[in-house]
Amino acid sequence: MNDVKKLSLSKEEEELLKLLGLDPSLKREGEFLQIDGRAVRCQKQVEGLEILPIKEALQKYEWLEKDYYWKLLTPGKDEFTKEVAENLDDGYFIRVPAGLKLVYPIQACLYIHTKDYRQKVHNIVIVEEGAELNLITSCAVHPHISSALHIGVSEYYVKKGGKLTYTMLHMWGEKTQVRPGTGVIVEEGGTFISTYVSLSPVKDLRTSPICRLTGKGAKASFVSIVVNHPNSYVDVGGEVFLEAENTNAEIISRTVIYGGENIAKSRIVAKAPKVRGHLECEGLMLSDNGIMRAIPELDSHFSDVELTHEAAVGKIAREEVEYLMARGLSEDEATSLIVKGFLTVKIEGISPELQKQIDKALETAKLGF
Amino acid sequence: MKTLLEIKDLWVEVEGREVLKGISLKIPVGETHVIFGKNGSGKTSLLMTIMGFPEYRVKHGQIIFKGKDITHLPPFERARKGIGIMFQRPPTVKGVKLRDILELCAKHNGIKIEELAMEFGFEHFLDREINRGFSGGEIKKSELLQLLLQDPDLVLLDEPESGVDIENMQLIGKMIKKLLQKEDPHLPRQKSGLVITHTGFILQYVTADLGYVIIDGEIYCQGNPIEIFEGIQKYGYEECKKCLKRKKFLQLEVE
Repeated sequence: MNDVKKLSLSKEEEELLKLLGLDPSLKREGEFLQIDGRAVRCQKQVEGLEILPIKEALQKYEWLEKDYYWKLLTPGKDEFTKEVAENLDDGYFIRVPAGLKLVYPIQACLYIHTKDYRQKVHNIVIVEEGAELNLITSCAVHPHISSALHIGVSEYYVKKGGKLTYTMLHMWGEKTQVRPGTGVIVEEGGTFISTYVSLSPVKDLRTSPICRLTGKGAKASFVSIVVNHPNSYVDVGGEVFLEAENTNAEIISRTVIYGGENIAKSRIVAKAPKVRGHLECEGLMLSDNGIMRAIPELDSHFSDVELTHEAAVGKIAREEVEYLMARGLSEDEATSLIVKGFLTVKIEGISPELQKQIDKALETAKLGF
Repeated sequence: MKTLLEIKDLWVEVEGREVLKGISLKIPVGETHVIFGKNGSGKTSLLMTIMGFPEYRVKHGQIIFKGKDITHLPPFERARKGIGIMFQRPPTVKGVKLRDILELCAKHNGIKIEELAMEFGFEHFLDREINRGFSGGEIKKSELLQLLLQDPDLVLLDEPESGVDIENMQLIGKMIKKLLQKEDPHLPRQKSGLVITHTGFILQYVTADLGYVIIDGEIYCQGNPIEIFEGIQKYGYEECKKCLKRKKFLQLEVE
């Protein structure tokens, strides 16, 4: 399973996978690679850590299906989740045992190599009590295939005092349809930090993770960094339910619109007192041929809560461009630097190495006109 | 002496309103000139026009820099030719650190950013978002650090003393002196400056070779900057309009 060389990937594809994080020079605790429907690499460096293809894990552990499989999302949610439930390809199962704090990331990569492929993925991650995991999932499609569909179902469990830092880097194609569905549950004192980065064109991408903070003091942070290209329809949302006292959530989105249509919908629901939630949604419009909809929503069932939101959509400030031009940057260079700065969100709690990888993705995207 | 910048009968409009009405001046290589004027007199408009911001529309006249007509060049090309500007109220640029801009400024000359920042005690600001939450003095230091790395031949300074306390003014004066090669009064200079001020306070820190008074978009007189400043302090800008030197200045212009 672990011999990628036998897969006959082109040089270009190998470079793409390297850029997405399958890079031997980077330190990793484990790796998982799925190409089309097949898990082709699955390896780990640490005793006690489990990384398995989900189909194999479901056969190995009865409790997995009983307690975790389709427990945070329902197969009947829509036609896409239904397709995954009925005709699953594969996906990853990762379990970090109690108290194990992994230093380096686990890199997972879901790749579509074949034209018109409908990739159906189901992932389950369990971070046991007091454990820590930094998981990067990169998704991409063959640079030259005309169309594909990716459906991902992910269920993430963060137990008491655990921490899951989850980063998703997407590099889809102009004709790829993408439907990731994610459910997260965080127990007492646990932390879930999610960063979503999508800088390439995509045909149609819709995702809205649902996160429940069920234990006291649990925290969740969702940051999405999206570049919306012409002819792309991107709907990236997020919902967090604050179900216990002293839970805390933030949903931050930064979107740059070169064209197409973008919906940034986020919602925080206070279902317990003494909770805090903050939504921040900013859109930078670089074209008149695009649509941006920022839809922040705050719901509270109690009075003793602190829920706030900020939303702003607008164009690049002329004075910022001119300021940089006075330092010798052409208008395009100045715009590119401003866009890059706008998308550079300081993400609390992630490793400097991961921040570098995100910055590199921003560099590579050659932002600007 | 060789002329670095020459402005010939410059008429400029901003949103249909005339802000400069026939400005002419010459700055030789190595000289620093200072322009006095009230708020709204057209001082900043003159600097912005020299830098080439498109909002400042040149209706008539020419700007000659190093012998070339730059009247219609965009700001970045003027910057690359050797003009640098210190903004009075620079914008914040979200997510862009001071270091990012300094690296761009130093791209072609290899000046060490860290060393220079440390020389002026500003190294802690390198990784901060540019201008966000900076005090008056910190903005000036950030601007001057950018200019020191950019190393322009003509420096345009817009009210370098505004919003700065006396303690910081010493350091800012030192930075400007370095920028204009005024640290050693005996060495020949290649760098020139055009400083605008409404308080004149900057003259305590930086010497100037020639002064001008600008009122309602026109240069009213030119001469020894200290004398001009003393006159303004004593009589105010309104009296400049009645000044006898004005007649002499106009005659000079005709000649």
